[in-house]
Amino acid sequence: MNRIDRLFSQDLKVINMGLESFSKDLKKQEVPVVQMDWRPRAGGNAKLVALLDKLKSNK
Amino acid sequence: MICYEVRKNSYYDSVTLMLISKEVKNIEGVKDVMVGMGTDLNKELSNNLGLGSEKLDELSPNDFFISADVVDEAIMEQVVERVNGLLKEKKSSAGSDYRPATIKSALEMMPEANMAVVSIAGQYAEGEVSRLLDNDLHVMLFSDNVSVEAELRLKQKAVDKGLLMMGPDCGTAIINGVPLAFANVVKKGPIGIVGASGTGTQEVSTLIDKLGSGLSQVIGTGGRDLKSEIGGLMMLQGFEALMRDESTEVIVLISKPPSPEVAEKILGKVSETKKPVVVDFIGGDIEAIKAAGAYPCLTLEDAAYKAVALAKGETPVDFTGFSLSDEAIDKVVTSKVAALKPEQKYFRGLFTGGTLADEAMKMLGQSFGGIYSNIPLSPEYAIENLTTLSGHVCLDLGEDQFTVGRPHPMIDPSTRSDRFKTDIANDVAVVLVDVVLGYGSHENPAKEVADAIHEVNKKLDNNVIYVASITGTEGDPQDLKASQSVLEAEGFIVMPSNAQAVRLVQKIMDQLNKKGA
Repeated sequence: MNRIDRLFSQDLKVINMGLESFSKDLKKQEVPVVQMDWRPRAGGNAKLVALLDKLKSNK
Repeated sequence: MICYEVRKNSYYDSVTLMLISKEVKNIEGVKDVMVGMGTDLNKELSNNLGLGSEKLDELSPNDFFISADVVDEAIMEQVVERVNGLLKEKKSSAGSDYRPATIKSALEMMPEANMAVVSIAGQYAEGEVSRLLDNDLHVMLFSDNVSVEAELRLKQKAVDKGLLMMGPDCGTAIINGVPLAFANVVKKGPIGIVGASGTGTQEVSTLIDKLGSGLSQVIGTGGRDLKSEIGGLMMLQGFEALMRDESTEVIVLISKPPSPEVAEKILGKVSETKKPVVVDFIGGDIEAIKAAGAYPCLTLEDAAYKAVALAKGETPVDFTGFSLSDEAIDKVVTSKVAALKPEQKYFRGLFTGGTLADEAMKMLGQSFGGIYSNIPLSPEYAIENLTTLSGHVCLDLGEDQFTVGRPHPMIDPSTRSDRFKTDIANDVAVVLVDVVLGYGSHENPAKEVADAIHEVNKKLDNNVIYVASITGTEGDPQDLKASQSVLEAEGFIVMPSNAQAVRLVQKIMDQLNKKGA
């Protein structure tokens, strides 16, 4: 079954990465939601991020 | 004196911090203040405000800072205390649930998750969304500032995997009846929408609800999807899904005019389905839509009327008039125009919804002269200087030039309230505004508009004609009826749709010009 067709037949379960107000709105509607404690990887340092990605792809 | 407070490795989202900045600015003794994360943009904004320093230059996007121009240190202490209070308030209202820092741990908490809503800073979005798609999650990407190249890579991955990747800059979607980000509470029903324009989609979906029908799914694509670089990947993906979906009997497609080859591709797909398809390529080629066997539209409201007619098995007809009788409309126009003074000549459209502003300008065309704008229909009407306006003007206040360092005016209406003060003068005849309700929007935008206009009117010598439309439903968290009443109490004529509000403005300007002649 196509993944979008499957989505349309399921209850929505949401991961929210970013603005918390979106999570709060979903909670008000009793939609299951996990709010992430997201922050930029490697403190937003682009060089470090590239290194991390390289390490990961070498694994 | 300029004072600083820095906290390393304390992350908060940008909208929260922008709203806190606004709040602490009101403390007496504070000349200016910036509360933010140490991003390059925030460092630049601080410098522009005269609040920058080497101390801030060293910060990373994970470091939190307050920089303030205050009369003395005691005031700075008050600022810090107030910021702490507001951050604490926010934390307790968000609940004490555990918050995973990685996608892996989020999926451990919710293994059956099927949708991710992403609203982080645009430069970090590609990596995170790519990982979410790798984990077979559908994505709504609200963030803007994502490159076209990144958008294409993400959408190609989503198409390969049969997933939705709505965005970037996707403001609205309703999946399985659940409004995501900026969306209204609408009844369930037989009409499915794929929309490349946020407020345009909100307008059509709320009007379908008001006309007594309902929505099966509302899929957003982000505003660039139908440009040639992206090729309509997500509109095609969404359209095919609605073709298969048994709950969807009528399909509505909404976008600004696509590039010709993308229009051809989309309309080619349209001709493959037996389901009726209503297409609003706002101001686009109507003949091509007809040739594909679809129903073209004149306005967003017309799209809603046609979709509802088709869902009932009726033949759709163009809706170009008013819900009220022509006599009633003419009576309003005549009495309002009679009260205008000779120097009142100009039109002001002050919008929070970009598509609604665009629709207004397209409907009005050149009928009473060119309209200057930050999103002009042709380059000669681009506004160079936003501080002093002249002639007829229509602004999209959600565009970047108004939102640097401030939340979108649908979240924080003060952006528009400030423009009311500067943009409505004694030479203005008629002001047109939109008020967008629903999840994501401010808790009472109508009251914010009414209060701001109340203050503006105190300073004006002339009576300006105020016209509004409300994009909202009875089910929205804001009270639709109360929103209408609060605007009417301030003298607004509240019309049932943006299209009807624009038509009323047209009649007012026509009558005004006849009076002048």
